Amino acid sequence: MSIEMENPEVKLSGKDFASDQEVKWCPGCGDYSILKQVQSTLADIGVKREDTVFVSGIGCSSRFPYYMNTYGVHSLHGRATALASGLKTARPDLNTWIVTGDGDALSIGGNHLIHLLRRNLNVNILLFNNEIYGLTKGQYSPASPKGTITKSSPMGSLDHSFNPLALCLGADSTFIARSMDRDPKHLRAILAEANNHLGTSMVEIYQNCNVFNDGAFFTFTEKATKGNTTLQLKHGQPLIFGDNGDLGIKLDGFKPVVVALDESISPDDLWVHDESDQVKAGILTRFFDTPSAEMTLPRPFGVFYKESRSVYEEDVAIQINQAIKIKGEGDLNSLLAGANTWEVI
Amino acid sequence: MVETKEEKKTVTILFAGDSGDGMQLTGSQFTNTNALFGNDVSTFPDFPAEIRAPQGTIAGVSGFQLNFGSVDVFTPGDNADVLVAMNAAALKASLLKLKIGGTIIVNLSGFDKKNLRLAGFLNDENPLTDSSLGKYRVLEMDVTKLTRACLADTGMTVKHIDRSKNMFVLGVLYWMYNRKLDTTLDFFKVKFKGKQDLIDANTKVLTAGYYFGDTSEIFTSRYEVKPAPLSKGVYRNIMGNQATAIGLIAAVRKANLDLFYGSYPITPASDILHELAKHKNFGVKTYQAEDEIAAICAAIGASFGGHLGVTTSSGPGIALKGEALGYAAILELPLVVINVQRGGPSTGLPTKTEQSDLMQALYGRNGEAPIPVVAPCTPSDCFDVIYEAARIAIEHMTPVFFLSDGYIANGSEPWKFPVSTDLVPIKVKKLSAEGDDEKYRPYVRNDKLVRDWAIPGVKGLEHRIGGLEKENETGNVSYDPANHELMVKLRAKKVVNISDTIPDQNIEIGENSGKVLVLGWGSTFGASKTAVTELVKDGVEVSQAHVRYLNPLPKNLRDLISRFDKVLVPEINDGQFVKLIRDKYLVDAIPFNKIMGIPFSSQEIKEKVLEILG
Repeated sequence: MSIEMENPEVKLSGKDFASDQEVKWCPGCGDYSILKQVQSTLADIGVKREDTVFVSGIGCSSRFPYYMNTYGVHSLHGRATALASGLKTARPDLNTWIVTGDGDALSIGGNHLIHLLRRNLNVNILLFNNEIYGLTKGQYSPASPKGTITKSSPMGSLDHSFNPLALCLGADSTFIARSMDRDPKHLRAILAEANNHLGTSMVEIYQNCNVFNDGAFFTFTEKATKGNTTLQLKHGQPLIFGDNGDLGIKLDGFKPVVVALDESISPDDLWVHDESDQVKAGILTRFFDTPSAEMTLPRPFGVFYKESRSVYEEDVAIQINQAIKIKGEGDLNSLLAGANTWEVI
Repeated sequence: MVETKEEKKTVTILFAGDSGDGMQLTGSQFTNTNALFGNDVSTFPDFPAEIRAPQGTIAGVSGFQLNFGSVDVFTPGDNADVLVAMNAAALKASLLKLKIGGTIIVNLSGFDKKNLRLAGFLNDENPLTDSSLGKYRVLEMDVTKLTRACLADTGMTVKHIDRSKNMFVLGVLYWMYNRKLDTTLDFFKVKFKGKQDLIDANTKVLTAGYYFGDTSEIFTSRYEVKPAPLSKGVYRNIMGNQATAIGLIAAVRKANLDLFYGSYPITPASDILHELAKHKNFGVKTYQAEDEIAAICAAIGASFGGHLGVTTSSGPGIALKGEALGYAAILELPLVVINVQRGGPSTGLPTKTEQSDLMQALYGRNGEAPIPVVAPCTPSDCFDVIYEAARIAIEHMTPVFFLSDGYIANGSEPWKFPVSTDLVPIKVKKLSAEGDDEKYRPYVRNDKLVRDWAIPGVKGLEHRIGGLEKENETGNVSYDPANHELMVKLRAKKVVNISDTIPDQNIEIGENSGKVLVLGWGSTFGASKTAVTELVKDGVEVSQAHVRYLNPLPKNLRDLISRFDKVLVPEINDGQFVKLIRDKYLVDAIPFNKIMGIPFSSQEIKEKVLEILG
C-alpha cells in the first residue's frame, strides 16, 4: 500500500514504534527479527504512529499488534483481512498493516484473503509463513509440504500444500513479494516497497519456528546453501544466481531452464525480470520444488509482480461523490417523507 | 347498469397467482392507492422461496394479502373477503384463507385442463363447474383472453401481452372499490420511463379492466371504504425493511457519524441492503461481503475506525456471525446487528416468518457475552426501534441486536413519519482530545460503565484491543482469575444499566390490572391488539402489553406482570420469550405458540384468551 506522508516534526526511531508490552514469543523465534524490521521501516518511512493500524488474526504472529505503539486490533482467527477491509473502507487515510500466518491466512481465513486481493484495498499484508501451527503446538498447516510429520500427522500429512504466492497471483493480487526473517536488509527493502505500492501488497515472509518446525527454510537462509538455492529478483536484471553468480535462468518457451554461464551463454541470453509481467510472475511463483541437486530451480525472493489497478476504498469514495453529484447531498427530511405522502386533516 | 354501493369498514383482499403473475406488484399498487386515499392499511406478502417455481403448481403460488379500512387496522386481516385467483393452483392454495361467503375473482384461462391437472385436480375435477365453491360468490372472467384482445393491435408478442394481465385485475378492483387509477398511472410513467409502448399498453389494460367492471353484468355492487380517522398529520406508506434502512440513516445523521453497512445477501433481509445502496448520497458505505463472517468483521473494523458499523442477516447467517458477536461484545465497540428472522432451523423456511431466533440473540455465543436486544412490532415501528438500536450501540459502546422478522420486514402500513428535528439526539462519546502519551487506558469507564471510543488518527490515544481477556482499565492482555470475573461482571452490568435509559413498559390496551395479560413481542403485535381490543369491547378483563426492549427488559415489567392473574405469551415459535419471562420473574406464564411459518390470526388469540379464562 502507499500513503503520502507529511514530514513529521520529530523523526521517530524504530524504538518509538515499540509498545510497553513485554514480547512473549519463544526465544529464538523468527518473529523478533520481523518485528524489529517493521518498526525500523515505519521510522524510515516517516509515518505517524497515530495514523498507523496493525490488524492481526489468531496465531503466534498475530500477537504482533500488542508490541506496536500504534493503533492495533487483534482480531479473530482468519478474519484480520475481513476486519481490515472494513476499517480501510471506512478510513482510507490510515496506514494499515495486516499481520497473519500460514494457518490464519491460508486455512481458516483463505476466503477473506482472496477477496481482499481482488478488491485491492490499499493495505499491506505480512504473511509470516513457518509452515506449521505454532500456537496450537505443532500441527501441519496448509503450507506444510505433503508428508510433514507432526502430532496430528504422525505418519506424514496427506494434504497437498498451498503455494501461497501462486494462490495470491491467482486471486489477481496487484503486488506479491517474498522475503525472510534472516535477511533483515532484504526484508526492510521489501517492506518499504510494499508500503509504496498503491493497492494490496502481499509479502510472504519465511519465518523460522525454532520450536515446532526448526530449520524449515534453512536451505534458503543459511550461508552454506543459499547461494545455489535462492534467486534475488531485481526489476530489469537477468535472473542470475549461484555461489559464484555463475548460474542463470533462461526461458525455453514457457519452461524455465537453469543454465551455466560460460562462453556460450552470457547474461544477455537470460530471462530479464520484469515486475509488470503477470505471465512470467506466474512462472516464477511456480519455482517451488525444494532445490535438491545442482541445476534445479532456485526459490525466488524479492518482488515478483506489481501492477497498478484501482483501489476499492477510492472507488467507494468516488461512487459516493457521484451519487451526491447526481442526487445532491442527502436530505434527511426528504428521505423520511419519501415520494408519496398524504395529509390527514 | 348496477350502482348499489355497500359501505365496508374493513376489507381484506388476497391476490394469488403464479409467482410470475405479478401478484406482489398488483398488491402493492392497490395498497398505495388505498393508503393515498386515506385508508389505514396493513399488508402481508407471501411468496415461495423459488424465483420461478414450476408454473401452475401449488409450490409456485405467490400471494399478497392486504387489509384496508375506514377504521384502524393492525393486521393484514385474519381471513380474506375477496380472493383473486389467477389460476387453479392459486385457488387451491388460498381457499382456506377466504371467509365463508367471500368473493372469488377467477381468471378462467387459469382453469384449463393443464392448469387443473398441475394444481392437482384429478379426473376432470373442476371447482368452477362442480359445487365445491357453493359457499362463495364466484366471479369469472377470462383475464388472459380479455388482455390479449385489448392489446391485439399493438404488435406485442403474446408472451409480453400476458405480462400485463395483472393490471386488468387491478383495474377491475379499482372499479369495485371506487378508486382512481392515478397512482398506478403515475407508477407506469416512472417504472417504464423511456418505454412509451409499455406505458401505453399497461395504461390500456388497467383502464380496460376498470371499464370491464363498469360495463359487464357480473358485478352486482360496488363497495365503499371511506378514509380512516388516522390522527392528523402527513403520512406515507412504508415497508419494514425500508423503515429499517431509513432509520439507520437517520440515526447516523443525528449522531453525526458515517454508516458502514456490511452485509451478505440473504432472504428476507437483502432489501435493507438494496434500500441503503440507493442512498449513497448520504455517504452510506454499503459493503457486500464475501460471506456473513466477513460482513460482521468488516463492520467491526469500520466501528473501530469511527463509523457506525452495521451488519444484517437472517438466522443461518447470524449463526455464522456468532464468534464475531462475542468479539464485538468484549471489544466494546458500537455495532448494530439486524436479524430479519425466518423459519428455522438451518435453511428452514427462507420466505416464511418466525420468531425463533430470540434465544440465539440472547445467548448464542461462547462465554458470557450479553448483548442488548430490541424488537420492532410493526413495519413502521422498525424505524423507531432501529433508531433505538443505533442509539444504544453508540451511547453504550456495545453490539445491539435488532430482531425483525419476515412478516413485518415485507409488510407495509401507513406511517406518520417524523421530521429530523423530532428525533432524539444521539450522543457520541468519541475522544478527540489528544491524550497523554503512553498512558491512554481504553477500558476506563464512566458512571454508566461505558468506555470511550478512541478513534485511530488521534495522537496520544494509540491503543491495542483484541479478543483476549483484558486487564481492567488498561486493556492489556490479562489471564488473572479475579480480573476475568471482574470484567465479565462489568460487561454484564454495563448492559443491565441500559435499562435506565429506556422507557417504562406501557399497557397497550385494557386496564393496568386484571385477569389476563397478553404479553407479546415483535410481529404478534397487530393480531394481539386486534384480539384484545375486541375482547375489551365485549367486557373481558384482558389487557395487552407488547415488549420492544428484550434485553435489558423494562424495569417496571415485573411489577406490571404481577398485577394480572394470568400472563399469556403468544409467539411464532415453540416458546422462547415465555422462558425468559419465567426465568426473570418466576411467574407461571402461559405459552401460546404457532410454528407454521405464518402469523397468528387475531381470532386465534381471542379464542386462547377465552379458553384460559375458562
